[in-house]
Amino acid sequence: MILKRIKLVPVLFLLPSLLFLGVFVYIPIVQNFFNSFFDFSVFSQTKEFIGSRYFKELLEDKILLTSFANNIKYAVISVIFQVFFALILATILEDKLFRRIAPTLRVIYFIPVMISISVIALLFSFIYNPQMGLLNSFLELIGLESLAKPWLGNATTAIYAVIAMSQWQSVGFITMLFIVAIQKIPKDLYEAADIDGAGRIRKFFNITVPQVRETMFVNVLITVTGSMLVFNEPYILTNGGPGISSMTLSVHMYQLGFIKDNMGYASAVATLIFVVTAIFALIQIKVSGTGKDE
Amino acid sequence: MTLLNTKEDVLNSSSVARYQKERSKTDLRSKVSKNIFLVGLLFFAFIVLYPLYWMFISSFKSYDEIYNNVWSLPSVWHFENYITAWSQGISSYFFNSLFVTVLTILLVVLVGSMAAYSLSRYKTKWINIALIFIIGGLMMNPQVALIPLFEILTWMNLINTHWALILTYVAYRLPLSIILIRAFFLSIPKELEESAIIDGCSEFGIYYRIYLPLSIPILITTVVLTAYFAWNEFLFSTVFIDSSDLKTIPSGLMGFRDALRTDWGVLLAGMVIASIPMVILLVLLQKYLVRGLSEGSVKG
Repeated sequence: MILKRIKLVPVLFLLPSLLFLGVFVYIPIVQNFFNSFFDFSVFSQTKEFIGSRYFKELLEDKILLTSFANNIKYAVISVIFQVFFALILATILEDKLFRRIAPTLRVIYFIPVMISISVIALLFSFIYNPQMGLLNSFLELIGLESLAKPWLGNATTAIYAVIAMSQWQSVGFITMLFIVAIQKIPKDLYEAADIDGAGRIRKFFNITVPQVRETMFVNVLITVTGSMLVFNEPYILTNGGPGISSMTLSVHMYQLGFIKDNMGYASAVATLIFVVTAIFALIQIKVSGTGKDE
Repeated sequence: MTLLNTKEDVLNSSSVARYQKERSKTDLRSKVSKNIFLVGLLFFAFIVLYPLYWMFISSFKSYDEIYNNVWSLPSVWHFENYITAWSQGISSYFFNSLFVTVLTILLVVLVGSMAAYSLSRYKTKWINIALIFIIGGLMMNPQVALIPLFEILTWMNLINTHWALILTYVAYRLPLSIILIRAFFLSIPKELEESAIIDGCSEFGIYYRIYLPLSIPILITTVVLTAYFAWNEFLFSTVFIDSSDLKTIPSGLMGFRDALRTDWGVLLAGMVIASIPMVILLVLLQKYLVRGLSEGSVKG
């Protein structure tokens, strides 16, 4: 009897979490997969089975193709800026030359991370504004008004303007992750290199980079996964436009489901997003060993 | 240090002299490169800060001045922009966000620490399965679950209520929070609970009287991370909340923009109000935030 009562505690303590995750995380994922085989709308209670038709449609969906291409642009540019640039930034910040000023700069670089994406996106719609925008006014100020354009209203520049905003907001986040990793590198490695007369660049490539390799890999995966999911930035700034030029997979899914009321097809797009991101997430969990006993 | 104590420096004392000569050369070079790097760092800080500074300054301007004098300080400081923003809706978004954030935090800390307690104290096959189930939650993302969640919440009659946000936020914050708290719990010495059991402490007592008080730092980290997520979350609050009275700040600002049309000063004031709590959080609790973000390595 007593033994059974003791065993009840871990179950009771775990139950709420398992319920939360089951109902709001796992069941939706499974349900989404099933939904992909049905035709239904938000308000109709009936779902009509249509088999794998929507998955075949995915292959011929032009918007999907543009969206996916944009997600990939997002990923490539984000890896360059948020991983490589952030690593260099973190290395410079952690150099003993800047010991006094670094803590302040760290906080400054991190401020945009803390601010809500809707505030950031509204702010950037002022920056990109074709009439009074800061960017065009600045170009005019330095005599480059020929480069000024309606950044968000132009089909070629829209997606890059959205991506640029993301870099501005997120570089500080990845920089912080690198700073933490660099601080964990044993100091005597650098001291030994100093004695050997190694310069900063040699130390960067021979000590810093190999020592933060794992963090770098995780950061690449975080950035790529985030790029595959990106919704808020294009949704608020351009809503995928002009035309479909700045559409991403998530925006496409949202519009299909909640604007065009084609829930079944939207679910098929969501399933695609899930497969793409799950692969990256699996690699990440394997590499970072999250949840392993220290 | 260790290197200097090896026999190498005895064998090769000339290398020390060479090292010192090299140093004076690199000193000059490093002074130049220091300044180049410093300019770079400050330039990047300027790029980060200037838009935010512009937002703050322009929030005191009239529409005309924002439009015609982009760079200048306001000629008349329109402090009333803030009063207008607050009374025209931001106050209600603000308190909605506050309510949703506080309840999300309470539930995450309570439910998450309980699960972490079980997961760190017991070792059975089922506990391992539960752990994998919870860690697996990290892989799932809200975008994919959006449509089914909409159906489930509609079925539960929770669509267009704050609970639609609170319950889903809790569910998506639990995996990371549990992993962080569990790692901390594992570091608590077993002797403490053994002596507590001898003193007649119940299982719940060990959780409540020993584990929770010892884990304040990681609980603060969890609170900060959850606050950051719940305060800024956009997708769910856009899709699950329809009525303007219930919207939180991120989704509310969108409606605010549409309602104001050209009253940009007021909109900017609303944006500043929305940002202030998180910037305060960053400045005050930076240590806890950074710890959580780096240990979790998962973007909010």
